[in-house]
Amino acid sequence: MNTTGKVTSIISNLVAVQVDGSVAQNEICMIECEGTKLMAEVIKIVGNKAYTQVFESTRGMKIGSHVEFQGHMLELTLGPGLLSRNFDGLQNDLEKMDGVFLKRGEYTQPLDTEKKWYFRPTAKEGDIVEAASWLGEVKEGWLPHRIMVPFKCKGNYTLKWLAKEGEYTINEHIATIADSDGNEEKLTMTQKWPVKIAVTAYDNKPRPFKIMETGVRAIDTFNPIAEGGTGFIPGPFGAGKTVLQHGISKQAEADVIIIAACGERANEVVEIFTEFPHLEDPRSGRKLMERTTIICNTSNMPVAAREASVYTGMTIAEYYRSMGLKVLLLADSTSRWAQALREMSNRLEELPGADAFPMDLPAIISNYYARAGFVYLNNGQTGSITFLGTVSPAGGNLKEPVTEATKKTARCFYALAQSRADSKRYPAIDPVDSYSKYLEYPEIVEYLDNKIEKGWVGKVYKGKTIVQRGKEVNDQINILGDDGVPVEFHDRFWKSELIDFVILQQDAFDKIDANCPLERQKFMYNKILDICDMTFDFKNFEECATFYKRIINICKQMNYSEYQSAMYDRYVRELAEIIEERRTN
Amino acid sequence: MNTKPFQKIYTKLEGVTKATVTIKAENIMNDELAMVGDRLAQVVKINGDQVVLQIFAGTEGINTATEVTFLGESPTLNVSDDLSGRFFNAYGQPIDGGPKVDGEKREIGGPSVNPFRRQQPSQFIPTGVAGIDLNNALVSGQKIPFFADPDQPYNEVMAMVALRAKVDRIILGGMGMSNDDYLYFKKTFESAGALDRIICFMNTTEQPPVERLLIPDMALAAAEYFAVDKNESVLVLLTDMTLYADALSIVSNRMDQIPSKDSMPGSLYSDLAKIYEKAVQLPDGGSITILSVTTLSGGDITHAIPDNTGYITEGQLFLRADSDTGKVIIDPFRSLSRLKQLVIGKQTREDHPQVMNACVRLYADAANAKTKLENGFDLSDYDNRTLAFAKDYAEDLLAIDVNIDTTEMLDTAWRLFARYFSKEEVSIKQEFVDTYWK
Repeated sequence: MNTTGKVTSIISNLVAVQVDGSVAQNEICMIECEGTKLMAEVIKIVGNKAYTQVFESTRGMKIGSHVEFQGHMLELTLGPGLLSRNFDGLQNDLEKMDGVFLKRGEYTQPLDTEKKWYFRPTAKEGDIVEAASWLGEVKEGWLPHRIMVPFKCKGNYTLKWLAKEGEYTINEHIATIADSDGNEEKLTMTQKWPVKIAVTAYDNKPRPFKIMETGVRAIDTFNPIAEGGTGFIPGPFGAGKTVLQHGISKQAEADVIIIAACGERANEVVEIFTEFPHLEDPRSGRKLMERTTIICNTSNMPVAAREASVYTGMTIAEYYRSMGLKVLLLADSTSRWAQALREMSNRLEELPGADAFPMDLPAIISNYYARAGFVYLNNGQTGSITFLGTVSPAGGNLKEPVTEATKKTARCFYALAQSRADSKRYPAIDPVDSYSKYLEYPEIVEYLDNKIEKGWVGKVYKGKTIVQRGKEVNDQINILGDDGVPVEFHDRFWKSELIDFVILQQDAFDKIDANCPLERQKFMYNKILDICDMTFDFKNFEECATFYKRIINICKQMNYSEYQSAMYDRYVRELAEIIEERRTN
Repeated sequence: MNTKPFQKIYTKLEGVTKATVTIKAENIMNDELAMVGDRLAQVVKINGDQVVLQIFAGTEGINTATEVTFLGESPTLNVSDDLSGRFFNAYGQPIDGGPKVDGEKREIGGPSVNPFRRQQPSQFIPTGVAGIDLNNALVSGQKIPFFADPDQPYNEVMAMVALRAKVDRIILGGMGMSNDDYLYFKKTFESAGALDRIICFMNTTEQPPVERLLIPDMALAAAEYFAVDKNESVLVLLTDMTLYADALSIVSNRMDQIPSKDSMPGSLYSDLAKIYEKAVQLPDGGSITILSVTTLSGGDITHAIPDNTGYITEGQLFLRADSDTGKVIIDPFRSLSRLKQLVIGKQTREDHPQVMNACVRLYADAANAKTKLENGFDLSDYDNRTLAFAKDYAEDLLAIDVNIDTTEMLDTAWRLFARYFSKEEVSIKQEFVDTYWK
């Protein structure tokens, strides 16, 4: 018999329940309200009173309403068919819901229970298996979706029976395992897992040692993110966070993409819904949507479910990582999640931390980021979750609690600068403030030596120094005036502008420039660094500016042209001619 | 709001604050409306049999023996085609002397649209103002505020844009509007002969501030009727959202909530999002577009209200007085329309995106030149040309009194490029330069 209870107080979506039995922290319960049942989660227990946060509007709820506890935490159904679905934060399939408006208390099956999947066994009866061991696979799109021993299994089991190759629905009996005491358990293709608990059914988590290509020059060339790495993008509104994230999701070198739209604009999610089914995946030739799952809790959807949505995204990512896949998880924006935590903490009348956020915010954020990573699975295969979160700092001020807490835990920092956005220098990733800790990893340096060319990281630092010095020189020019500094100062400034305009800036809306493969990045970057090494003959600063503007113009035309096309080669020659006009070394 | 005969009347208030009263009552629903004397109130908190009511008109003169009756429903609006051309107060009662509107009773502040059922906004809404159409094109289903200092003519600009936009219905929600501005809107709409497609919900400064909290939900409930039921394109004007947020902070303060940034409630983001996210492009052709006003203090966009707004809305239109031309312009640096990419260069001429960016870049160079000038440095030839360009650009394109179509705007921009710059300096894709360079 499950515990039941009665509602005793209601403040917005914080509802207190008098219970008649035992309840667990984070247990799910259903509260009756105007003829429907609303899902809620226990967030505090005092005596026989459980405080719950309701995932939906509590309008019309009455004191004394009946509450039923479910005996489990918020958990997801994991199995074939998660990809190309659009879920809300509680894993309801938005596509299956009727009507234009969301109805309160409507919950749907997350997975299709009718669909037959072609199952191919990969394990043998008699094998010793453990949590996350692969038993067989079905094809989901073109990806091998491994059917695994449920994550919740502890210790070793013997595989007693495994279904033959053939078509099965997700709820059909597919395998039987027995523990050391001989207790048998029947398995299907699905399993359940509580979202707030990390899946740890893998062998070990090494330091990341590869980079993940994103097609964005300011990231790949200047501040690469590692496969299995973590990064975050803080920036004021209008600085291009969303455009950047969408670009990365389209281009990144990942098998599975999970987008958690957390408390953001509905129209942005609609953009993904509309675009992704048409976008072709450059590497497989299939549609991008086939390997994408969207978790969508837009800003007008219930606040409490927003908190759940980021965990839902992470849990699905962990599920696919256990299959040996490369997963890219994007969360936009983690600030909204933190605000949801703040709203609840406020209603619970907890003593507030900085800016009224809960005291344990930094701990919650770092625990969450720690779930990403590159792993060696128990069977020797590898899988990874690369995580990129955006942060929306209040007033664009990076000294606020969410940004500071995230900075302590994420390894890449892509600071979007208002000043760059104002002058339409997109992506507005600040080249001086941003960093990638991975450039300091010897594993990564070695990897880039082999992947791109020997000494690549040295070249990256060289470019960064040029940009940094250009910025300093620019400050001096602004103080002393164009004529107040030697022409060399202008030359130095324009060399940094060259890197800025040609490498760092990228037109996300141009068909060709939007996605720049690594090989092309290498060619262009070397070209630009070569120019930076040259000395030119200028009589005055105006000659210098005009000259570099011509170079920038040609290089931009190159960025807009098909790589190594006739047009592209023509611009390469034209560039060489311009350079020769004034070159002195 | 008449009480029904079988309802229980409570006559003993347990507590009164500046905005709320507490009463012992049973079988009460969360969010339910009640009448406290002749004032409308709403349940905001229930703890056992203790019910806290927020009184919209304020608690001045409320006696502990005042009669309280519960109405058994949350705020509603009667919707029908008869709403057209009418003026209402925050409770949806007529203030224009006309009859009560009959129609279907709908709860205001209802559920949100399933994001999966939304359509991508795709219809360009031309306004003739180049600062908007050229640099920050509006799209149906978009939500975008004007950020303006209180002394700027934001209400005038909004009225003008509303009347020029091709929409079926305009719904005005006025919050804390001065009576003069209210009459200005009324007169402008009247003289434009547009009254039959206007609906107005008005809370002026003469009325209690907490009443304002109902205005956006009322306006949007009416908008949803026309957009969802009638498939119309509806433009909702909300002015001024800063005063709305101020009312929110008053209520949260009275309810002893811990304030977050700028003494605003911690839920400000969600509260504003609930309103703005009603903007939608519906599958059957109807749409709700929201144009609002957020007044700033001294242009400070880091204040919690504009800051949270900016993260919710799809861009912002920033009004600024331009000292060079003496006109009010739409600031190209700080203004942004996030949805413009969906229409510019597609429903407008192909060169639109690049021309727009080049203009703004050159305008930014002019701003640098101006800084140099102010610091007493000599200007280069290029600097002087950017300054001259900036003046013409502000005068011919950015000023809010410009009224031309987009093709004309683009041609004007190319003319200015040719007048002041070389092709390399403009740095636009070669094929466009070949076609359009004047």
